Amino acid sequence: MYVLSAIVSLTLLGLFLGLLLGIAGKYLKVESSPIVDELEALLPGSQCGQCGFPGCRPAAEALADGNAPATMCPPGGSALAEQIAALLGLDLDLSDVKEPELLVARVSEDTCTGCTRCFKVCPTDAIVGAPKQIHAVVADACIACKKCVEVCPTECLQMHPIEVTLRNWRWAKPLNVPVQPMGTGSNAIC
Amino acid sequence: MLSFFKKPRFRGGVHAEEHKTATAALPIADNFPLPKKLYIPLQQHVGKPAEPLIMVGEKVLKGQLLAYSQGLISAPVHAPSSGVIVDVNDYPAPHPSALPIRMIVLETDGKDEWVKTQTVDDPFQLNPEEISLRVGAAGIVGLGGATFPTAVKLNMGRENHVDTLIINGSECEPYLCCDDRLMQERAEQIIDGVRLMLHGMESEYAVVAIEDNKPQAYLAMLAAAEPYPTVSVIQIPTRYPMGWDRQLIGYVTGKEVPVGCRSSEVGVTIHNVGTAYAVHKAIRYGQPLLGRVVTVAGGAVKRPMNVEVPFGTLISELFEFCEVDKEQTARIIMGGPMMGDSLPHVGLPTVKATSGILALTQSELKNTDEQPCIRCASCVSVCPAGLRPLDMANNIRINQLDAAVDLGLKDCISCGCCSYICPSNIPLVQYFKYASGEVMARQQAQHKSEQTKRLIDARNARMERIAQQQREDELARIAAKAERERLKAEQEALV
Repeated sequence: MYVLSAIVSLTLLGLFLGLLLGIAGKYLKVESSPIVDELEALLPGSQCGQCGFPGCRPAAEALADGNAPATMCPPGGSALAEQIAALLGLDLDLSDVKEPELLVARVSEDTCTGCTRCFKVCPTDAIVGAPKQIHAVVADACIACKKCVEVCPTECLQMHPIEVTLRNWRWAKPLNVPVQPMGTGSNAIC
Repeated sequence: MLSFFKKPRFRGGVHAEEHKTATAALPIADNFPLPKKLYIPLQQHVGKPAEPLIMVGEKVLKGQLLAYSQGLISAPVHAPSSGVIVDVNDYPAPHPSALPIRMIVLETDGKDEWVKTQTVDDPFQLNPEEISLRVGAAGIVGLGGATFPTAVKLNMGRENHVDTLIINGSECEPYLCCDDRLMQERAEQIIDGVRLMLHGMESEYAVVAIEDNKPQAYLAMLAAAEPYPTVSVIQIPTRYPMGWDRQLIGYVTGKEVPVGCRSSEVGVTIHNVGTAYAVHKAIRYGQPLLGRVVTVAGGAVKRPMNVEVPFGTLISELFEFCEVDKEQTARIIMGGPMMGDSLPHVGLPTVKATSGILALTQSELKNTDEQPCIRCASCVSVCPAGLRPLDMANNIRINQLDAAVDLGLKDCISCGCCSYICPSNIPLVQYFKYASGEVMARQQAQHKSEQTKRLIDARNARMERIAQQQREDELARIAAKAERERLKAEQEALV
């Protein structure tokens, strides 16, 4: 008797929950994977295309599908790769990721004609100026997307590496000496 | 018996060979010839650089204000001697990178003529706020090496109702003995400075803590402090890094400063003995901070000594005075050998942070022949911050900085005990310095990407607003045109 009631109740419960899941699957369907949105929020959002995808959204989709490695975004560097790997639960070896060279746009004051084309395309409003006035780049807001370089008719806008000052100087990583992997027992002393 | 279960009064640390005998017995030399040119950096402190208010070609007197402090955390800079300003420009900084920073170049006239100074008869009648103001105006910063503006620290002490002032006379770094000599020779002035700081912070009592390898300094300070019941002098064990504020607070008061808190939050503030001496000179005689005692030592120095030099003196001139053998010098270090910075050349000025300049020979340097980690955990037992340096370094080696931060990278004080003790010569503290910088850079990058998103959103919203405006204008124009045509048609119909 006990056995029968258990079988009946569990079966009913299973059927009921299955029905609930079926309904939820139909009415609460998500069009795109939420992981893509999360990935897109992590990516720089400058749509630079250096990864080989047409923009940050397609890159995020490729990452979510597993078609791109976590280290795919050159401007993001290893910091971004670590965040992506943590989100997707990937194993990550960062020892050969190259850190991006930091660039900033600068206006050459000799050749700027004040045409205003550059600050119209700047996605972060990092260029200030007025018609027939020499423009200037707010270095802290520049994201090195190079859009201004493409439209400048006199090639006065160029990318330059960010100057090292005492404010942004950092200690270099100590030179790596090949060390045997830990925990293999090969370097145990007895 | 119960004491067996108590927490030890200090954790970790090493006892390095002291190398202090060469200079500890010599009196402070005051016969250093005044340099022809002084290179005075505008930033010799933590915080914002000072802003110059003199012109090139201007004649200045000793003690005259050259650059004023800007912002809450900053310190002014004064002329260390009289002379003419010949340049305000970028010159190499006393820093491992020797990158240029702004400096004022003063050509001295040899007269050493003082500006008129402000003195008081009884400084204890002054308001505590007035003491802070005068200390701030004198450009005094922490002379132990941290160079935090002292006036800010006094204010914080007053606001947080700090009851104990600890005066750090530990001088735990090897080679250095400028504080030792200062305590031996100018004990009364230091104690006076301590009492002025107590008055400025409205604190109750002060403890001068001196390592037990400086018995003469201890006796001198003890004698000088005897008439004042609020100032006590104690001996502490010789162990590096005893001068680390948290270690010292833990040893002297038994209190532990929580992670991420300032020491004033547990009712304690630490100042260096050199700072106390500078406060005495600033308040009693109105003299700003113009120079300091510097230890010049190391195997390559023929005449090692403690010498009082004006700020801006080039290390090359100091080395000439102390007869440093260039051939034998393998490394130049500003500060102590454990935490000091290695300098690339000698054309750099001495600053407020320069407690010592060492010229070390090859035999004094640590072997850098790196071997694999043998997991002996020596670094764990010496770490005063209670971290696991070997695990942190392994993570940093493969660039997993987040894992290193989880292991407590941010609590590392870069004291160098782990690198010192490591039998495999692994550059542990170097890894942590690199990683701390990298973590900072990543935080800045993260901050910038957030800012970028904000800027892009703001721009998109603006573009949308402009487009909307244009659409509305267009609609209004079409409506107006229709209205005009309707009126015209009506008029035609009337006619």
